[in-house]
Amino acid sequence: MSGTQVLTLRNVGKSYRTYASTWWRATGWITGRPTHFADNWVLRNISLDVGAGDAVGIVGRNGAGKSTLLKLIAGALTPTEGDLAVRGRVSALLELGMGFNPEFTGRENSEHVCGLLGFPRALIDRLLPSIEEFADVGAYFDQPMRTYSSGMYVRVAFAVATAMRPDILIVDEALSVGDVAFQRKSFRRIENFLAEGTTLLFVSHGLETVRAVCQRAIWLEGGRVTMTGTAKQVTEAYERATYGPAGIGAAARAPTGHGTLDPALRSSREEQQYGDRKAEIANPEIRNSMGEIVNSIPMGEDFTLSYDVIFFEECGGVHFGMMIKTTEGITVYGTHTEKSALKSEFAAGQRVRTSFALKNNLGPGYYFVNCGVSRRNKDGLSFMHRRVDVAMLHVRDAEGRDVVAGLSHLRASPSVTVLRT
Amino acid sequence: MNGARVGFALPVPGMMHAAWRYRGFIASSIRNEYRSRFVRSRLGAIWMILHPLANAAIFALILSEVMTAKLPGMLANPFAYPIYLLSGTLAWSLFAEVVTRCLTIFIDNGNLLKKMAFPRICLPLIVAGSALLNNVMLFGAILVVFGLLGFLPGIAAAWIPVIMLIPLALGFGIGLLLGVFNVFVRDIGQAVTVILQLAFWFTPIVYLPQIVPASYSWVIEYNPMATVVQAYQGVILYNEQPHWDSLAIVGGAAALMLVASLFLFRRASVDLVDAL
Repeated sequence: MSGTQVLTLRNVGKSYRTYASTWWRATGWITGRPTHFADNWVLRNISLDVGAGDAVGIVGRNGAGKSTLLKLIAGALTPTEGDLAVRGRVSALLELGMGFNPEFTGRENSEHVCGLLGFPRALIDRLLPSIEEFADVGAYFDQPMRTYSSGMYVRVAFAVATAMRPDILIVDEALSVGDVAFQRKSFRRIENFLAEGTTLLFVSHGLETVRAVCQRAIWLEGGRVTMTGTAKQVTEAYERATYGPAGIGAAARAPTGHGTLDPALRSSREEQQYGDRKAEIANPEIRNSMGEIVNSIPMGEDFTLSYDVIFFEECGGVHFGMMIKTTEGITVYGTHTEKSALKSEFAAGQRVRTSFALKNNLGPGYYFVNCGVSRRNKDGLSFMHRRVDVAMLHVRDAEGRDVVAGLSHLRASPSVTVLRT
Repeated sequence: MNGARVGFALPVPGMMHAAWRYRGFIASSIRNEYRSRFVRSRLGAIWMILHPLANAAIFALILSEVMTAKLPGMLANPFAYPIYLLSGTLAWSLFAEVVTRCLTIFIDNGNLLKKMAFPRICLPLIVAGSALLNNVMLFGAILVVFGLLGFLPGIAAAWIPVIMLIPLALGFGIGLLLGVFNVFVRDIGQAVTVILQLAFWFTPIVYLPQIVPASYSWVIEYNPMATVVQAYQGVILYNEQPHWDSLAIVGGAAALMLVASLFLFRRASVDLVDAL
């Protein structure tokens, strides 16, 4: 925590009250003392101190109360109990494009929404050129926004919402929209704000992003704080709880060896299957370089994904595939055997084993594995059987060795050469 | 209740202060409303005027013969009834527009209310402002119609901008109250449409108060809009000074209603956002 407190929450709770009747509700307004209601707490006992310039991540499942907490801090909702004190101006990116009318131009909407943010006229006039510049939609800025692509819409919306550096910036997954170049640009703006002393509250399901951006994090569960701590501690604890109920920690953290099989790390409840079932996939497994069945391996440890396929009728044009995705669903790698010279004709009742020996260039994190068997005939390409998220793989940070950020491990060979002494 | 954050639990003067800070937003919202009407339709906001004018024209066409004879002291003016009708229409349309639009203002802006922190009072103020502007334009159009009919209102008609404040305040008070309740009990929106229809006929706009049977005259006597409508008709058609005593009572009642509504709105605004 650095410097002054900008945000203080003391036992803040939010309840959506249901009343016995609207009359009792209205009576409560008149007397100022509500009666005959039932509390329905979505947040309870939230205490939090955030200093100027802090970046705090908020993690938790859907419905844990993350959005409600942000709306309370943004001032859109009012706490039912407790004290909430905010110092300075809050800007909330809860939903981009609030207050926009598609019939009007980007410029008109920017002016209007700046007014909605409470900016006085003179300030709006001063901000407009910088909004136009940052949004960078060219001549479209003076065209009705209904003619915009969704990416352009987001650009203008983000430019308006961040036209002035706020004291507290609230971001709710809003950055995952727009094109990649603009994502980078908007992210840089947030990083600049942080450097200038803005406090960031960040909700994301992308735990890597939380770790990268935030120093601290809180984990909400059922409207209560389950854990607060450094972003690394909290996101890791949350990951363990989400992807494996019985502590992966001890087993998976062994610093040596070629990996372990962690029974807690399973994805069966996430798995989806489809296909015409003329063939079926069975016994998917991951083995390390020693041939041991594993699901938690250190970074850099090569592995092999293999599975059996049983054919129920005679099939031609068969090929086998696999894919690795992040927990956010981003495909990291996928391949199949269609273009290979491998056997592709199988008789009914035949059972085969397919293996993909893989060079492990994955960055540390949790991954999901897909397997599929498909065939190409005169009707085109069709899946006979596909199993999505059939297994989970944990690639562990190999402590004390390479420092790796991101999805991939490109195995840099760094060197330092003294050019001048 | 929690501390004084923008838009919540502010005392009424604080609410007005916050609205003043957001005057730019209120003005641009009203401006946008007019602009958006013109964007896709050729006549745009003119429809807002044509609508009451067409209504009045229909009544005038059907009832002129019958009614003109009944207007006291107006036998000489063949257009007395259309003038009478338009005067009442001017007052009623302001009141009715404010009420009907306040009724759904919170429901229509639910998402905005839930996700942005801004003084909530801005929304009904935008409605009141644009309804007032519409009414001023209607007044202008009515004056043009008067000109075409060869009728020049007397100096007493200059009181209209003052009397106008009464239906505005009355409509705002009632509309705000109903708008708040409509969030919790959606039937109110439907019921009010019907009740406004009834109230229109309980107000001497189309007909003359004299034709109401004595046993029902209380309906007009206790109808605040009847007093307002009669004041409009008086200053425009008869060029007579407004009856300030009766107007003061209605004006006072409208002001009380308005303050009570604002008070309730302030208390209800937290619940309101939660329920949307």
